Amino acid sequence: MRKIITSFIILVTLFSAGWANSAPDLDINTPALNALKASMQGRHGQLSPHYNSGAIGLTNDGMIAVRDATAVPLKDRQSINGLVAAENADRAALYKEIANANKHPEWEGGIRDSFAGRWIDKAQSGWWYQGAGGWAKK
Amino acid sequence: MKKCIGLLVLVSALTACVTINIYFPAAAAERVADQIIDDVWQLKDDQTPKESAPAEPASPAPETK
Repeated sequence: MRKIITSFIILVTLFSAGWANSAPDLDINTPALNALKASMQGRHGQLSPHYNSGAIGLTNDGMIAVRDATAVPLKDRQSINGLVAAENADRAALYKEIANANKHPEWEGGIRDSFAGRWIDKAQSGWWYQGAGGWAKK
Repeated sequence: MKKCIGLLVLVSALTACVTINIYFPAAAAERVADQIIDDVWQLKDDQTPKESAPAEPASPAPETK
């Protein structure tokens, strides 16, 4: 009986130690990820005026969406949908690629959730984001 | 005593496997998110100096090896 209790305690201790210690960094240094990052960085200059005007908002699933097309100058209305689609394609590929690069494709959803929260946290004031009750302004 | 050590090794090996398989490193994911978002939105002003600066601290390290 004592042996069983001892081994149970050891097991619990090891488990908790495992939880606490195994927080390895994720590898994000792959050519594919660097290319995606560069592509998104290049696009940000075109997107940021639309974040500022409220035409585009950050969604709660780590993507972006057109929320008020009337805030877009007429000359840009054609291009904005393409911009949003391209950005979302890059973001989806980014989440997937981080999971794959770390040999855990099943982490994609968790990574997407982590990003969703951080995009919104880091958004500038005045930008729109999707909160629990719909669109909100930061 | 020997049995006990054997059991300990077995249990630790097993928990290590289980832990690796079910654990999602949320903290690491957030760190990675911060890093990438800072890059994409160019939020850190020291990003550019940082990239050129490593030439200084980084190069002495390999030399000493």
